[in-house]
Amino acid sequence: MNWSWTVFFETIPLIAKGLWITVGLTLACYLFAAVCGFFWVFMSRIPSKIVRSIFGWIAEFIRSTPPLVQLFFIFYAWPVIPVVGVSLNPFVAAILGLGIHFSTYMSEVYRSGIESVDKGQWEASTALNLSTRQKWTKIILPQAIPPTIPMLGNYLIIMFKEVPLASTIGVVAMLHIANDYGSQYYKFVEPLTVVALFFLLLSYPSAILISKLEKKYNRKFDKKAVTS
Amino acid sequence: MDEPIVKYTDVHKSFGDIEVLKGIDLDIQPAEKVALIGPSGSGKTTIIRMLMTLEEPTMGVIDVGGRNLWQMEKKGEWVRADDPHLHSIRGDIGMVFQHFNLFPHMTILENCMLAPVLVKNESKKEVKATAVEMLEKVGLGDKIDLYPAQLSGGQKQRVAMARALMMRPKVMLFDEVTSALDPELVGEVLEVIRDLAKEGEMAMILVTHEMDFALDIADRVVFLNDGVIEEEGHPEDILVNPKSERLQDFLSRFTVNR
Repeated sequence: MNWSWTVFFETIPLIAKGLWITVGLTLACYLFAAVCGFFWVFMSRIPSKIVRSIFGWIAEFIRSTPPLVQLFFIFYAWPVIPVVGVSLNPFVAAILGLGIHFSTYMSEVYRSGIESVDKGQWEASTALNLSTRQKWTKIILPQAIPPTIPMLGNYLIIMFKEVPLASTIGVVAMLHIANDYGSQYYKFVEPLTVVALFFLLLSYPSAILISKLEKKYNRKFDKKAVTS
Repeated sequence: MDEPIVKYTDVHKSFGDIEVLKGIDLDIQPAEKVALIGPSGSGKTTIIRMLMTLEEPTMGVIDVGGRNLWQMEKKGEWVRADDPHLHSIRGDIGMVFQHFNLFPHMTILENCMLAPVLVKNESKKEVKATAVEMLEKVGLGDKIDLYPAQLSGGQKQRVAMARALMMRPKVMLFDEVTSALDPELVGEVLEVIRDLAKEGEMAMILVTHEMDFALDIADRVVFLNDGVIEEEGHPEDILVNPKSERLQDFLSRFTVNR
């Protein structure tokens, strides 16, 4: 095996183009998952036991099947289903597939945050005659979400690392470009090393940022809790 | 006698198989101060929680200002109250909790301002002026920008009272408001309640273990035992000259000084 610095430096700008696709796809998937996560939370709080358990099972099903299978299903199988079948471009299919998959994890994070809010907070909000909407937006979520920010951040990093799955359905991002280059010139080591370095370059600082956030929220809690 | 502001008629409440209230009949007059006493588990707290709409009675009727709280008329039939119905009556009732339940992510001023601004759509400026006044009244005028975690238990409870008062309820419920406090902080909270009681126009229901205090401020004391009202009447009669054996037994665990 010959390591070629020329190839290494040549592939950097090529793969850097894919970097933006990877980052963009990550953010799009993450946003979609973040919003969709609330959907599962609210479904799990519907009074009807039947509705609740149906959605519970769907979420469990999505969580326990591999995201790759879901991506293939959405991209290859869904279009051929009669009536409801729609053909999607790879980028949209990836957002849907990975977004929905991760939304089931995000909803668990939200749920843990919501459950950590003392039930006295609900009661005080009722006693002050707040509406259901006001209880959620002014009292419960502002307390439930901040402690989960480190966990939510971790999912961002995990998702960033899962996004290359999208190359299997033809999203042309870093991995795809590296692979193409490899098959064209029979040089795999250098481009794939570049891909790995780019991933490291982004996830490592993000991990540091998240641990900073974690400390910040812990400190804030300490400061407020000086007396009592 | 006036029309009662709150009227319980044969109210029952069960949690699972356990019936904690076995038929409560109780009238509260406007501006009346009623102390609810009794052993723990006798259902005192449940009585006021049902009035605050935190628990639904299993059976019976609770009227507030002549309106049925937990049932409403729909097409000539009585059905279970929905959210808007509860919302329309709940404004007459306020509650102070044993564990304060202040909103920890807001300053104490924001705690007091939140509901009037959101629920009553009052102007922020006016609400702020009233809130500052209210917090001064409970002796915390210099602390309005602090967060609940920066206050002592007694101070928190005084904020909680100011917050409840901001909604100008006709009936205020106090759920063992001094039970979670260190002994040396109980006095400052009772002092505030005493002042409120003197002001007069608001009806008050106090679930309490402070017998001296009940004797001092209540117009009527209700002794609850095992889910029923065992004895009720003037504080002197109930606390100083109890008739039933159970009440005598209960009171023997406290020292009533007078």
